[in-house]
Amino acid sequence: MSNRYFGKYGGQFVPETLMPALEELERAYEKAKRDKTFKAKLKVLQKDFIGRPTPLYFAEKLTKHLGGAKIYLKREDMAHTGAHKINNAVGQSLLAARMGKKRVIAETGAGQHGVATATGAALLDLECEIYMGTDDMKRQALNVFRMRLLGAKVTEVDIGSRTLKDAINEALRDWTASVRDTHYLLGTAFGPHPFPTMVRDFQSVIGREARAQILRAEGRLPDCLIACVGGGSNAIGLWHRFLKDKKVRMVGVEAGGKGIRSGEHAARFAGGSLGVLQGTKSFLLQDADGNVLGTHSVSAGLDYASVGPEHAYLRDTGRAEYTYATDKEALKGFELLTKLEGIMPALESAHAIAGAMKIAPKMKKSQIVIINLSGRGDKDVQHVAAIMGEGVC
Amino acid sequence: MGTRISDTFDRLRAEGRSAFITYIMAGAPSLKRTGELVTLLEENGADIIELGVPFTDPMADGPVIQRAAEVGIKKGVTLRSVLAFVKKIRKHTEIPIVLMTYYNPVLKYGLKAFARDAAKAGVDGMIIPDLPPHEADEFKAEADKKNIDTIFLFAPTSTEERVKLVAKRSSGFIYYVSIAGITGSKLTMDQTTVRMISSARRHGGGKPVALGFGVSTPKEAESVAALADGVIVGSAIVKRAQDADLDKFVRSLKRGIDRARAKRGHRRSKA
Repeated sequence: MSNRYFGKYGGQFVPETLMPALEELERAYEKAKRDKTFKAKLKVLQKDFIGRPTPLYFAEKLTKHLGGAKIYLKREDMAHTGAHKINNAVGQSLLAARMGKKRVIAETGAGQHGVATATGAALLDLECEIYMGTDDMKRQALNVFRMRLLGAKVTEVDIGSRTLKDAINEALRDWTASVRDTHYLLGTAFGPHPFPTMVRDFQSVIGREARAQILRAEGRLPDCLIACVGGGSNAIGLWHRFLKDKKVRMVGVEAGGKGIRSGEHAARFAGGSLGVLQGTKSFLLQDADGNVLGTHSVSAGLDYASVGPEHAYLRDTGRAEYTYATDKEALKGFELLTKLEGIMPALESAHAIAGAMKIAPKMKKSQIVIINLSGRGDKDVQHVAAIMGEGVC
Repeated sequence: MGTRISDTFDRLRAEGRSAFITYIMAGAPSLKRTGELVTLLEENGADIIELGVPFTDPMADGPVIQRAAEVGIKKGVTLRSVLAFVKKIRKHTEIPIVLMTYYNPVLKYGLKAFARDAAKAGVDGMIIPDLPPHEADEFKAEADKKNIDTIFLFAPTSTEERVKLVAKRSSGFIYYVSIAGITGSKLTMDQTTVRMISSARRHGGGKPVALGFGVSTPKEAESVAALADGVIVGSAIVKRAQDADLDKFVRSLKRGIDRARAKRGHRRSKA
């Protein structure tokens, strides 16, 4: 099987029109990642622009509260723009500029990737257009304004479910017509090859740092890594460097929404089956006729019908395991971390906290868990307030 | 071993004509209306019917066909019901029918079961816009067994290597996407068009090349017909699917295509 695939997952299920662009991107990326100048530039930006390395923080009070394993947080919430998304956005913007592209386009759900892309584009003087579902634009009005301040054009997508999935369709349509001068800055480890591999590589800085940091702090490897999984880029970013450390357990937490039985969730591994969506073959929430099902999650960033192909592969091989947290459990995680540690997680990352709340208490006190705190929760405050019945305007 | 599609192209080639290929979305607004439209299109000069299957995420389609797909889905039209529909109309028409569907519904149906049922229903060919030839081995193996044509697409941006692959793997005809874009975009015809079509003909060993995406007027149909072996009209027809004078519009397109007949001359008689 070619390097387009992770086992039987992945591939390039796209209109022929996009093939030259994908081939060009693959060639450019393969060359860039071996190029000393490119690597040096990226390293400087990671340090001085993004603010890396992000800390690995020992969450002492959360550890005590849960009464089991020692819990560390990888603080991606402290990266510039407030989430891990910037790692990929800066990497791809740098690549786009190197390829001579004048313009980048991107999809966004909650707006985090849109903001990160607009930021990367501002940094590298690229024209930027962000596609966003009309429903998401209403929910995330502040992020829409942030993107506009950064000089991006935000285009509303008023078709289908009017959320992330439809924003990706629209970005792909744009790219089909604009491949010559435009780079599609896909936001997660998903889509047609080479995106799942490339995005993973740009995010794998998370795990490289975390591995060195835990070795310094504890003198040994962790026992378990926990991360939320939407498309799966923060999870694969944390895990990649640890994949060969066979004793390190890896747990991905999907969005359980209102519960699997309700049908309103985004737990692809719990309720999905083999399918092809938006360029890749993976697990997919679909009906008996192969139409893609609507999804639900309190967190817009996990609210997607499919999942990165490498995750499907890691699940099949048993290297990683996947569970889910419901909206309610995630909200509990959100509140708990905020009160205990003074760290407000993004609702996406709160799913990882919820996962740890079940896993850590069952572990020995001598064991170590790292949770990827993929983003900060400021963007979600209004949403959470509404759910809790608090009037915040 | 001819299929309905290749027989049609052979006949038209002998007459010096280009094929008139019309696209409609199944189930928009109902399968009953789709049945009426097939008859109307055939009676007014269509040579091949391309039948769209509604899908939730039609990433290669523009707004007109997206909206039509939404209507079809709301009406509960699925790949399975489209096959049943083809089986029904096959009783009274021999016009070649090509399904245009995205890959996921076919994958979910099961490739083998799909090829079997599609052949039984009387489907002649398949266009799957998100299944490029280098990902299509499994599907093509099943389709070939059932003598269903597999039509792949190429575009102005395609490299020589890709054109070669597309042309080689296509059967029935090769589909040239006239623009780098989605269905219903504005047609562009230039030196690239001429070059790309002749490149595909060369690599395809004389397989017919049809042009689609963006053909919306009789004049455009005429200029396309002067170059290509087939003219595909989609969004322009879907947009008018409810109009009382759709038949007139279809006839005008047909006349446009036939006007090119003289111009085409003997240029391709040796193909």
